[in-house]
Amino acid sequence: MSSRDLILSAIQKNKPAEKPLPVYNFADNPVDVVETFINVLTAIGSACSKVKYFDAVTSFLQANTQEGKRMIQAIPSLPDCNGQTYATTGAAALADVHTIAIMGSLAVAENGCIWLSESDMMNRLFPFICERLVLVINASAIVPTMHEAYATIKTNKDGYGVFIAGPSKTADIEQSLVIGAHGPLSLQVFIVAD
Amino acid sequence: MSNKTATHSEAATEFLKDAERATWHDETLWFVRSKRDRAVQQIPEWEALREAASQIKDHTLSKLDDYLCEFEKNATANGITIHWAADAVEHNKIVHSILQMHNAKYVVKSKSMLTEECKLNSYLKEQGVTVVDSDLGEYIVQLREEHPSHIVLPAIHLKKQDVSDTFHQHLQTEKDNTDEVYLTRAARDVLRQNFIHADVAITGVNFAVAETGGFVVCTNEGNADLGVHANKVHIACMGFEKIIPRADHLAVFLRLLTRSATGQPITTYSSHFTRPKQGQEMHIVIVDNGRTEQLGRPEFRNSLKCIRCAACFNTCPVYRRSGGHSYHTSIAGPIGSILAPNMDMRTNADLPFASTLCGSCSNVCPVKINIHEQLWEWRQTLMKEGYGGAAKTASMRVMATVLSNPKLFRLSGSIVRSVMRLMPWSINNKMNPWYNQRELPTPPKESFNEWYKKQINE
Repeated sequence: MSSRDLILSAIQKNKPAEKPLPVYNFADNPVDVVETFINVLTAIGSACSKVKYFDAVTSFLQANTQEGKRMIQAIPSLPDCNGQTYATTGAAALADVHTIAIMGSLAVAENGCIWLSESDMMNRLFPFICERLVLVINASAIVPTMHEAYATIKTNKDGYGVFIAGPSKTADIEQSLVIGAHGPLSLQVFIVAD
Repeated sequence: MSNKTATHSEAATEFLKDAERATWHDETLWFVRSKRDRAVQQIPEWEALREAASQIKDHTLSKLDDYLCEFEKNATANGITIHWAADAVEHNKIVHSILQMHNAKYVVKSKSMLTEECKLNSYLKEQGVTVVDSDLGEYIVQLREEHPSHIVLPAIHLKKQDVSDTFHQHLQTEKDNTDEVYLTRAARDVLRQNFIHADVAITGVNFAVAETGGFVVCTNEGNADLGVHANKVHIACMGFEKIIPRADHLAVFLRLLTRSATGQPITTYSSHFTRPKQGQEMHIVIVDNGRTEQLGRPEFRNSLKCIRCAACFNTCPVYRRSGGHSYHTSIAGPIGSILAPNMDMRTNADLPFASTLCGSCSNVCPVKINIHEQLWEWRQTLMKEGYGGAAKTASMRVMATVLSNPKLFRLSGSIVRSVMRLMPWSINNKMNPWYNQRELPTPPKESFNEWYKKQINE
């Protein structure tokens, strides 16, 4: 008998009598999702700006280009999108990229996270390999809790997707918080009013 | 799996010799517990979430074989290769065989308590493979040739100076520079090169979803994703209890996990892997290693509901004051003490006794495992099976005789009170381990019984 069959038959023999799945409804009380989102996001070490138009994002990214730092702009609806050029580029060739900009498809107020599906990010390395990550979301895409988030997204729409909450961080050295571990050292979020 | 060189109480005695460090350890973990409380208090439906999580896990355990088959079918359709390992040895061999197929010599690994349990690192080292642990805490303990002392905070037993010394020795950082940002950046630079130049990435699994055939990995540092996305092969290792039925159940578990663990609202990254990217290979190794046996023990099976948040560690007065290494197992703390005896009763017989049974662990557990009751149950089982040790067996027998005989009880009480008053040195001495770090109270002249009788007569 294979290990697979041995394991499955042992489980069948040892498992408890069937118990039902719980019925629950955690629909959240009405909260100002944008304000809550900004407060949580700021508390977990991210910069966050509420802007009226996408132009503000474009200006921010252009200022970055002027500083002479390598940038990948992966938002097709904005000018100067060059993300597709690097869609299959490997880690070694991306290691010196300073800023990467991506449009998120959903955000969650209760914990400040933003959902990026593989098609949003173009290359799975993009949200992790840069020094500064810029994420843009529409204000209307912010939901109160994770329950509404999973009711909206389809985790298997693409091969990969990630909730990102803030810049990478660690407290593994004597519990002292360090913003910027292996992933981006900083996160700038733009919330665009609809 | 055991790293045992001393019993829990022997190792804890050593740990407590450095009083300043032991106090720091105690206070730091209590600080993490307090952060958990603050996060939890912001969620009015917290208790209902715990109940939902507990019931989802109960349900899953009751249909575990069905869900594992569903997961296998869907993951295979997604282009992931599924492997099954009956025990640690088979797990390690499977991982090694995948490495051999790719002629892989360098592996980056993000946090996986399962690979600790299976002792994968030392096995692969023997096969000539270099494994680098990429979580900062795990990287630190790996350089020191130690084991993680905590499942979420692997290097919580170390101070900045220790890390500074270790990095100075291995990474040539400035001597005595203890700045945490400086040290973290130094590790970042070295590990970047490891992510880029490795052959294979190994990760753990936090949740595997039957409905989608995908799985979720939670990290703060971004190390799991960098390793996986930078490499051609991804191997994810999971104990079979990581399975949950549906993707929307992730909402319940992700709301609970990090708030319970560190007091953060969620980890920085909650990565959902469903299909390998183009040109990449993805493998999942599903491991039993004693879990089917635990499933067959009705009083202990719901330890398999654990989501490895370590809230029970941080709250435990014994863990905080004895340190993770005193537990001599890959998973320390209260939950480790109910998992370990299932694997090896003889070696781990001391662990269920490393508890005050105060019940705080059960109160903070996000999936409502009755941890302290199981610790008590293990004590009963271990004594019955003869693993309690001669001293404990004899003293329990004396206690049982005295407590079941009122006359003998009264007589012993009055003798002990007199002895404590007249010859305190006979009890307050080094021969009596109970007296270490404790003061005995002044004995009363009379028992409550004697006092009560006097009151009635007056």
